[in-house]
Amino acid sequence: MPDSSPTLLYCRCAYAQVVPSGVKNEVLQRLCDAGVNFETVSDLCEMAAHRDPRLAALSQCSSLRIAACYPRAVKGLFQQAGTPLSADAAVLNMRNQTAEGIVGQMLAIEPIKHIEESQS
Amino acid sequence: MITHIHRPLRVVLYEGQGAIPLHAEARAKVMAALLDKGYAVTRAASGAPAMPHDDRNLLLLGSFPEQKAPEIEDAQGQIKIDTRDITGLAAEDIVSLVEKTRGDKPMNEPGKWKPWFPVIDYSRCTNCMQCLSFCLFDVYGVSEDNKIQVQNNDNCKTNCPACSRVCPEVAIMFPKYQAGPINGDEINEAEAGREKIKVDISSLLGGDIYSALKDRSAAAKSRFGKERSPDKALDERKKCLTKLVGDGFIPADVLASLPSPDEILRKAEVAKARAATALANIAAS
Repeated sequence: MPDSSPTLLYCRCAYAQVVPSGVKNEVLQRLCDAGVNFETVSDLCEMAAHRDPRLAALSQCSSLRIAACYPRAVKGLFQQAGTPLSADAAVLNMRNQTAEGIVGQMLAIEPIKHIEESQS
Repeated sequence: MITHIHRPLRVVLYEGQGAIPLHAEARAKVMAALLDKGYAVTRAASGAPAMPHDDRNLLLLGSFPEQKAPEIEDAQGQIKIDTRDITGLAAEDIVSLVEKTRGDKPMNEPGKWKPWFPVIDYSRCTNCMQCLSFCLFDVYGVSEDNKIQVQNNDNCKTNCPACSRVCPEVAIMFPKYQAGPINGDEINEAEAGREKIKVDISSLLGGDIYSALKDRSAAAKSRFGKERSPDKALDERKKCLTKLVGDGFIPADVLASLPSPDEILRKAEVAKARAATALANIAAS
């Protein structure tokens, strides 16, 4: 039976300082505190800029939950790279959500709202 | 042309069977340090499966008994797997260890380049081609099925979001931009309306360059019918861009790097023709 556990992805936004450092550091710390498995990337924009094939691998992960920035932008990045996110992917926004709220949603057992609904 | 194609090796912070888990604080520190240098890091213990691997070499970091990292090789023989023990090392020492393992293989690094390019929200885009007509740097193109698309990311001028300001549907995002809705933030009707007004202004200033002129009012039609000329269009386009610079919407160096007037005119004509062809193809299909 395929594993239905969500895949957790954290974007550091390391190539530009548009995500508040306090929030992104706290999200990372909380994920580390939780002891869960998760993926991290230095910057999704950087990857999308050159159509990094790792985006395809990520978009194919089951129940992907992404801590990054605005869902509309993240969805667009994946789509523009030719690897659109699946409908069950959720994007949490480190630019306007709290670290506690983001990690709470990432670690939630129940499915969370998909990308169009998780703007705030 | 895409130039930033160097992908870093995949680093795995291994804390599964046979390894001693790090303290959470140390785990976060080493991951942050590696991410800030441009690496992608997988934290692997037991539980959910990690992202499938690709063809990059893999570096496994862990705190192993007797500080001895096991020797591992890919069962399929496709990639090289390096292992390193990190017991007792500080985050910066671990970064040095990873850098040493990477050797002279190139990779992108934060701080040396900014991923600045437009991202199209196709749920809003109406394929009007204004962005293609507006951009003088050939960032936009048309797909085989006549859809607008971003084709030349690297041509985009860093910190210039001008095309997003002329998009009548607020469908162009720059994720690294500070303010919404250009950064991808939700769009409310008031903002959308404001953007549309900006389009009108740009269209007026741009003479016959923008296809939005098709939608102008009868009074504007009359006025611009008298004033339209290639020279006027060039002049007004520069004014438009200068205004955007003055308002802080685009950086001054973008204006400084504009092509020559003849080249602008040529590009505008080529872009206009491409847009017209694509739209005609759609209408015919």
